[in-house]
Amino acid sequence: MLGLIGKKIGMTQLFDETGAIIPVTAIQAGPCPIVQVRTEERDGYRAVQLGFGAKKPRRSGKPETGHAAKASLDYVPAMLREFPLGDDDSLADDPHSPVPAAVSEASAPVDDDEAGEGEEGGSDAAAEADATVGEAASPEIADPRAGLRVGQVLTVSIFEPGERIRVTGDTKGRGFQGVVKRHRFAGFPKSHGHPFSRVPGSIGSGTDPSRVIKGRKMAGRMGGKRRTLRNLDVVKIDPERNLIFVRGSVPGAPNGWVFIRKQ
Amino acid sequence: MNVIREIEKEQMRDDIPDVEPGDTVRVLVRVREGGRERLQPFEGVCIARKGGGIRETMTVRKVSGGVGVERIFPLHSPTVAEMKIIRKGKVRRAKLYYLRSLRGKKARIKEKRPS
Repeated sequence: MLGLIGKKIGMTQLFDETGAIIPVTAIQAGPCPIVQVRTEERDGYRAVQLGFGAKKPRRSGKPETGHAAKASLDYVPAMLREFPLGDDDSLADDPHSPVPAAVSEASAPVDDDEAGEGEEGGSDAAAEADATVGEAASPEIADPRAGLRVGQVLTVSIFEPGERIRVTGDTKGRGFQGVVKRHRFAGFPKSHGHPFSRVPGSIGSGTDPSRVIKGRKMAGRMGGKRRTLRNLDVVKIDPERNLIFVRGSVPGAPNGWVFIRKQ
Repeated sequence: MNVIREIEKEQMRDDIPDVEPGDTVRVLVRVREGGRERLQPFEGVCIARKGGGIRETMTVRKVSGGVGVERIFPLHSPTVAEMKIIRKGKVRRAKLYYLRSLRGKKARIKEKRPS
């Protein structure tokens, strides 16, 4: 049940191979470093805490800087969130000890246990050379099958086109809305002598209960809530730009946080 | 928003001629019939262009067997194999919907000659 933290970019369209138009939402997801690992022995459950984005150094507090440093990060992620691990997600033998940071790894000799993880050292070093300038220089791209540990980086390549995912986000706040918009009531005719067209109508029987039954759908605040959409189709992955294209819409406004999880 | 533009730009085609409303065009459409692909021509007058960027479409109208037929083509779709301007038309508006209520001689469009 791995996932990624992302930012909704917006909607567009893609053509499939038959020329049909697919409406998609572009989400910038990852790269997400594993900042902390929750294990059965230590915490009673298995999860990874992922980070996303970077806070400006002057906005980063000391405690969070220290927390990030434990994962060999020299910046504080703007967003942290735990993702529960499924039975088929394996942790490395010593998941709490961080993967060495990019800088120290380049200068110091490479650790032995790193080679044991099945990462190609050669391509890694080449990737580092041009990635060190970027905001999230990736010390090591995690291969979820090899066992996860702190300091590894998850990218959109953990997903693949055709996969089903869940996307969680905060819906757009719509303020105080009437019953027609909020609960899809049909309303009353707008013409032919009707004095009111968007009223809820009767809200229950009279003297007998002498109260309104709980749960009655009424006007009120709409939106601004955390919602999860399940069974969304991954249409395309763009690892270069860290983009994932999901069929249809996704909760929230552009630039909003979204959390993507495997089904 | 810039990222979206970038994504759309990559998918846009640059081999589409600059068809204006009033022009007669010939569009070759990829049609898949029982696993086999062939090109189906559609020739008519461009009566409207709509949308922008990757979403841009063109409405082509022809009269086939006395019946008006209109097809809307997404300009950047891979189903459009080829598009050719047959004749430039001289018209004074962007949407030629008035052609729908005209037929025969009245539905003619003057040719625009580059001078």
